[in-house]
Amino acid sequence: MDWSALSLSLKLAAWTVLILLPLGIWAGHALAAHQFRGKSWVEALLALPLVLPPTVLGYYLLVAMGGASPIGQWYESWIGRPLVFSFEGLLVASVLFNIPFAIQPMQRGFEAIAPEVRDAAACCGLSRWRTLWRIELPLAWPGILSAVVLTFAHTLGEFGVVLMVGGSIPGETKTIAIAIYDRVQAFDTAGAGVMSAALLLISLIAIGAAYFTTSRSRSRRHG
Amino acid sequence: MEHHKILFLLIYLFLPLLGIMAPDRDAQAQNDNPAVAAASDLKFALEDIAARFRADAKKEVRLSFGSSGNYFRQIGQGAPFQLFLSADEDFVFRLHQAGKTADRGVLYATGRIVLFAPQGSPLQVDDQMAGLKTAIADNRIRRFAIANPEHAPYGRAAEQVLRRLGLWDALQGRLVLGENVSQAAQFAASGSAQGGIFAYSLALSPNVAQQGRYVLLPEHLHQPLRQRMVLVKGAGETAQAFYAYLQQPVARKVLERYGFVLPAGAAQ
Repeated sequence: MDWSALSLSLKLAAWTVLILLPLGIWAGHALAAHQFRGKSWVEALLALPLVLPPTVLGYYLLVAMGGASPIGQWYESWIGRPLVFSFEGLLVASVLFNIPFAIQPMQRGFEAIAPEVRDAAACCGLSRWRTLWRIELPLAWPGILSAVVLTFAHTLGEFGVVLMVGGSIPGETKTIAIAIYDRVQAFDTAGAGVMSAALLLISLIAIGAAYFTTSRSRSRRHG
Repeated sequence: MEHHKILFLLIYLFLPLLGIMAPDRDAQAQNDNPAVAAASDLKFALEDIAARFRADAKKEVRLSFGSSGNYFRQIGQGAPFQLFLSADEDFVFRLHQAGKTADRGVLYATGRIVLFAPQGSPLQVDDQMAGLKTAIADNRIRRFAIANPEHAPYGRAAEQVLRRLGLWDALQGRLVLGENVSQAAQFAASGSAQGGIFAYSLALSPNVAQQGRYVLLPEHLHQPLRQRMVLVKGAGETAQAFYAYLQQPVARKVLERYGFVLPAGAAQ
């Protein structure tokens, strides 16, 4: 078991969720509440990572963040080390790649709230923030929870992008998925087996917890 | 408390703990333990040497294995490796020309390749590959594994041998390309392919040796795999110590045990 790879993956997943949660709530809420020209285009763009091969995203990130690009040079002169092949670079990739997993369930959650509920809240004199916090988030929370779980679990399993922009540096960019690949190549089937089982278990618990809580809240609302 | 508040509390209390506890330890590890990029043929030998280095010098290096061509590209793009052990000296020279390394490095070994047949494979191994020729003619080779010649030096050597013996064209459509030489070895040794050509150093590791039969291929059939290592500019103390350690008799003996031909006497 490669503990440093596992903790690195957990760290990456945690940061990805922390960054995407407020962004997802804002974007999901905005998309659910407003109709505007070109909305389908925005939604399609946000869903793009679902169908985009990870290597394509990885390639563009390499080009965009590499030492020859303006972003890469700016980052290096600012922070003092390159963005590609670093944890921060991996985080950028992970956030981009998880956008649909974070936004779509939240948007569905907010869309499920009847407009009358929001109008009633406004009539009662609740501010927009209080409406969001007291009315909308509680109602949309199953969607938010699935977004969190999906993003977390999906980051743990991310492979293609990490392979392209990571460089498999232990403790820095060697995530658990890469470590499994590495162990197989080192003829260490036992090590690969243990790590795969651990990842399977984590994914199972995460997805199980999400379905369990959402189905419970749904049955409670109806019953 | 309502559900969503519990959820937010959990997320914003628990996740930062997960996120913040880990980097501190890693940041320290990064400064003390340099990242080393090594060609995959060194997988078992270098892990052995690094373990001895840890015991002798009480210092730690973080090893990454992959194809030399990929590491050449990554170091050129600024990947934070401090030491690069290439399977092909040309990559080292090109990095030096690009101003990425301190000097032209040193030759540390010359690699050899083997023809390997996993247990139960119809392939008979011999050093002129007559067995391979018959097996191809009889259509008994469905898959044959080599490393990707585009960026893996051992893959290029395999291609040269196959071309020299006139088998390259016959194998088209049956070749499976490993991303690096160790993946090619994995394909062949696991029996997923009926045979393969990969590094002698990998065939000598017990994990691989017990999976099948192999024969060392004559050196004159391919260009020598001159393996050169070099310190990347800005390499720290531990990386320099490991670089020096690799040229000591202890490390040289390990490399020899894994079938590498060592440069005579003082490193050039």
